[in-house]
Amino acid sequence: MGRIFAYIVHKAGVADDSALELAAAARQIDAAASPIAIVTGSGRDLDAVCASLRPSYSEVWKIDNEALPYPNAELVRKALVKVLPGNSIVLVAHEHFGIDLAPGLSIKLNSAFVSDVLGIDGVEGSDLKVVRQEFGGQVSTHVRCDISAGAVITIRPGAFKPLSGASLSGTVVDKSADVGALKASRRYLETVVAEAGEVDITKHAILISIGRGIQEKDNVAIAEELAEAMGAAVSCSRPVVDAKWMEKSRQVGSSGKTVKPKVYLACGISGAFQHLAGIKGNPFLIAINKNPKAPIFQVADVGIVDDILEFLPELTNKVREMHSVAAK
Amino acid sequence: MEILVCVRRVPDTSENEIELNGAGNDIERDELVYSINEADNYAVEEALQIVARVGGTVTVATVGGEDDEEVLRREMAMGANHGVLITDDAFSGSDGKGIATILKAFVQKGSYDLVLTGVQAEDGGAQVGGMLAAMLDYPFASLVNSIEVLDGKKLKVSREIEGGNKEMNEIDLPCVLSIQTGINEPRYVGMKGIRQVASIPIPTFGASELGVSSSAVGEAGAKVRRVDYFVPALGKGAEMLQGSREENIDKVLELVAAKGGLK
Repeated sequence: MGRIFAYIVHKAGVADDSALELAAAARQIDAAASPIAIVTGSGRDLDAVCASLRPSYSEVWKIDNEALPYPNAELVRKALVKVLPGNSIVLVAHEHFGIDLAPGLSIKLNSAFVSDVLGIDGVEGSDLKVVRQEFGGQVSTHVRCDISAGAVITIRPGAFKPLSGASLSGTVVDKSADVGALKASRRYLETVVAEAGEVDITKHAILISIGRGIQEKDNVAIAEELAEAMGAAVSCSRPVVDAKWMEKSRQVGSSGKTVKPKVYLACGISGAFQHLAGIKGNPFLIAINKNPKAPIFQVADVGIVDDILEFLPELTNKVREMHSVAAK
Repeated sequence: MEILVCVRRVPDTSENEIELNGAGNDIERDELVYSINEADNYAVEEALQIVARVGGTVTVATVGGEDDEEVLRREMAMGANHGVLITDDAFSGSDGKGIATILKAFVQKGSYDLVLTGVQAEDGGAQVGGMLAAMLDYPFASLVNSIEVLDGKKLKVSREIEGGNKEMNEIDLPCVLSIQTGINEPRYVGMKGIRQVASIPIPTFGASELGVSSSAVGEAGAKVRRVDYFVPALGKGAEMLQGSREENIDKVLELVAAKGGLK
């Protein structure tokens, strides 16, 4: 088996949380591995990132290149292809950069590719056995990947417990000279920051969050009425925004907002990991879904199998009743 | 602009509860409702909108079998000019790289300025677009949520990154883009539209027409193989309320008041 590398995503001199998760995944592939972190970028920020990785990696390879102030996947791929030895096992976080980089990297390294891995069962002969999910997390699969010619593997963020307590003091190796000038046929222009919406869902203690189960735009009012009665706000999952039923600023998830309410009422939400990634602070999670197999029930505190289009209006009536009793 | 959109027919998770079959080696497929992969449908709509602005044609292709023709016809009913079924016994069991290898051969038979895929399939993992681009040595962008044609040689595209932010890029043609859901509002396709394209012949391409070696694709070429399906035991799971709707509502209110300070 080739050596295990981890491509480290970083920003403003700080390595992403996934750095320690990849370090943990490397050790699940091979408990005796001496994994190598690879850090690409431009300028002084890189040294701080490299230093922070020394406890958890045996080596840290630094690629400082003036073409890489912003991580353009095509340029990063070209740099990696120049420095990675044959048969390498390359771990990359399965987020927007990894999705951009990893598939093409596997082709250029002529190695196997397996994506969005959330468990590692170990190596048997020339195969690595991993766990993936399909159909929005409704079922899992064991997958065998022939790693004899190397592999590029994307790792689901949050799926591996971050490596802790390691004290390797790995060596920082400057590989910049091996890379040389880089040129891409795709060029980064700028980052456009999302507009703030009229309702800030990150500031509410109670969120009524709706998913595909709301079925049509007119039904959003059902959730809004409940939110008004409860003094809560309405948030949503991706399909609701895709269908243009609510503004992007209401979306909870890795490509939307990160929220920290006290109570999260997931209504007609299946529970895709990208959605769950936006729910922080361990709120009390109540899930209502018609589908008893919806993955949301695996992570919720309390679950109810019911049709939200009937359940929510009755809930709203009950809240209003309580208010009117209290007012008397 | 000549645009190729690579699509797939998949079980529709919004319509189905996915369950395992008795042997545990596959999902129960007998009663599943299949449809076009959601992101692929957005990709076709985007192609149609680009062609409406700058001219050109849209070709929709899928690697699969006879059953998959229905999604080609559906996308032709949306307005795609051509549908192509890429099919061969040698293709079955292909992994992501195998599919990309087949599509590469097909792309090289034609002359496309732009190749679109959906960002990911219901049972896939955002693989094929990026692999196909690298095989063709075309530039690639994933998670694309807007496209502007700058001139005949390049596009301005935005990618969906964290927090709802957009990463703007300029990309040279020809290129491959993987399209994120929500980029547009796909047009409605009625039964009438599908009937209108029902008799249009759909050309097929096999391994020999494409010059694909059967050892590079299918099960023979696959380095990644699914062994089985299972339902994971994740954590303790939710406490499921089994009462009547009225009882459940009372319980929810009690919990919300206790945990969130309901006013």
